[in-house]
Amino acid sequence: MGLFSKKNTEAFKTPLLKENPVTVQVLGICSALAVTNKLEPAIVMGLSVTVIIAMANVIISLIRNTIPNRIRIIVQLVVVAALVTLVSEILKAFVYDVSVQLSVYIGLIITNCILMGRLEAFAMQNKPWPSFLDGIGSGLGYAMILIVVAIFRELLGSGTLLGMQVVPDFLYAAGYKNNGLMLMAPAAFFIIACIIWFQRSKDKNLQEK
Amino acid sequence: MATKKYVCKVCGYVHEGKEAPAVCPLCKAGASEFDVVKEGKEGKKKGLNTNSDVYAIVYSVVLVVIVAFLLAFTNTVLKPKQDANVKLDKKKQILSSLNIDVDELANPESEYLKVFADNDKPETLREYLIDENGAIVAYNGGFALPNDSIGVPDKNKVKKYPLYLANIGGEKKYVIPVVGNGLWGAIWGYIALNDDCNTIFGVYFSHASETPGLGAEIAGEKFQKRFTEKVTKVFDDNGNVGITVEKGVKAEPVFHIDAISGATITCNGVNDMLKRKLAPYSEYLRKEREANVKQAN
Repeated sequence: MGLFSKKNTEAFKTPLLKENPVTVQVLGICSALAVTNKLEPAIVMGLSVTVIIAMANVIISLIRNTIPNRIRIIVQLVVVAALVTLVSEILKAFVYDVSVQLSVYIGLIITNCILMGRLEAFAMQNKPWPSFLDGIGSGLGYAMILIVVAIFRELLGSGTLLGMQVVPDFLYAAGYKNNGLMLMAPAAFFIIACIIWFQRSKDKNLQEK
Repeated sequence: MATKKYVCKVCGYVHEGKEAPAVCPLCKAGASEFDVVKEGKEGKKKGLNTNSDVYAIVYSVVLVVIVAFLLAFTNTVLKPKQDANVKLDKKKQILSSLNIDVDELANPESEYLKVFADNDKPETLREYLIDENGAIVAYNGGFALPNDSIGVPDKNKVKKYPLYLANIGGEKKYVIPVVGNGLWGAIWGYIALNDDCNTIFGVYFSHASETPGLGAEIAGEKFQKRFTEKVTKVFDDNGNVGITVEKGVKAEPVFHIDAISGATITCNGVNDMLKRKLAPYSEYLRKEREANVKQAN
């Protein structure tokens, strides 16, 4: 079986759109609300989750045949928690500013349902390489939605993107105001709901009959 | 044993033979949907029963020991670097309160050394520790005192308060750390006073987890400017803390700071923090003011 056989690319591509963790499986919503009021933390969170899912998927997949069935969830949780703690320590040592911003959310990764979902549903049954691809795919699928939501929220809520002002001053002078609601968690619900609506209207397979 | 067992991944049909059937007889799935079933997998694999209690217990113990060792190791290796980051961040915050744009600085560390250098004693920084009676307890060690030990009696029952004495363009500035509680968690800041020991030169506020767009705005430029865009005094004539963060003007204009709409609890927290944490410095600053006036004459 080739490294990029059809089955393997499927493992990578399915969670990107068709089985997107946020919009189709509706997992990881809590963190999608929490980190998306600015673009920068959304990108960092998306990438950290991608890295952690991929690593956790590989580790679980490697030891999948040795894991005692009855304590498998605990084993998965220990692996995820250990990885998250490691990443958080590394962030604190090398990119302190980002770690300050993410401090609360890094902890949220441990309880991110996407991780447990992929470990239980994919890594427990598949070989390390497809599991790795599945992890990367799921992580990027999650990151993608986060970034889209964050672009809307930062643009409409603060008039900036990545901290740089985008909405020109003359608009403010003409009476334009930033939408404070966009900075609150409910706004993320609205935007995610709109994305789900858009995706469902395009993809016939997702429509309930 | 030449024959192998193949199981259809779609419907679970098990086929025995040399190779997988071209088409599953039950669900018509192709040969690619079949997986080989390894013989003796259930319970007999190399004599290890992964379902036994002993196995589960040993497994979890080994796993936890490995993970614990790994985490302890990383923590030990990275700790010095992390502590250095925390210290540098604190220095940046202190510099920010002196209206220095730390993001523009190539080397905040050397700027900090320059601003707080003691001209009389080279190699030392003016990070004092004072007590409530206005006496200097120690000429250094102010920076090393953790925030949660400020004003807490030590083993000699002395309450210590850090005070940083900065030199900005030849003028003395006094930086006072403040800590308090916002709506969701801790808030803290640094207040820089001019050499009259009363008017505000600059402020810096930050927070752990205030609401973005509302309470979190105390860390924003817009709110912090309110302390400096007009003359703002901290202490009234009796040495009490007069500065008030409030909605609507009740205090005298010179003590009034406009609160942020929609962030009442956070702003009350800032108000409370200023009142409580600045009060112990009143006596020291009064003496300093007199000394500064005398010197000027």
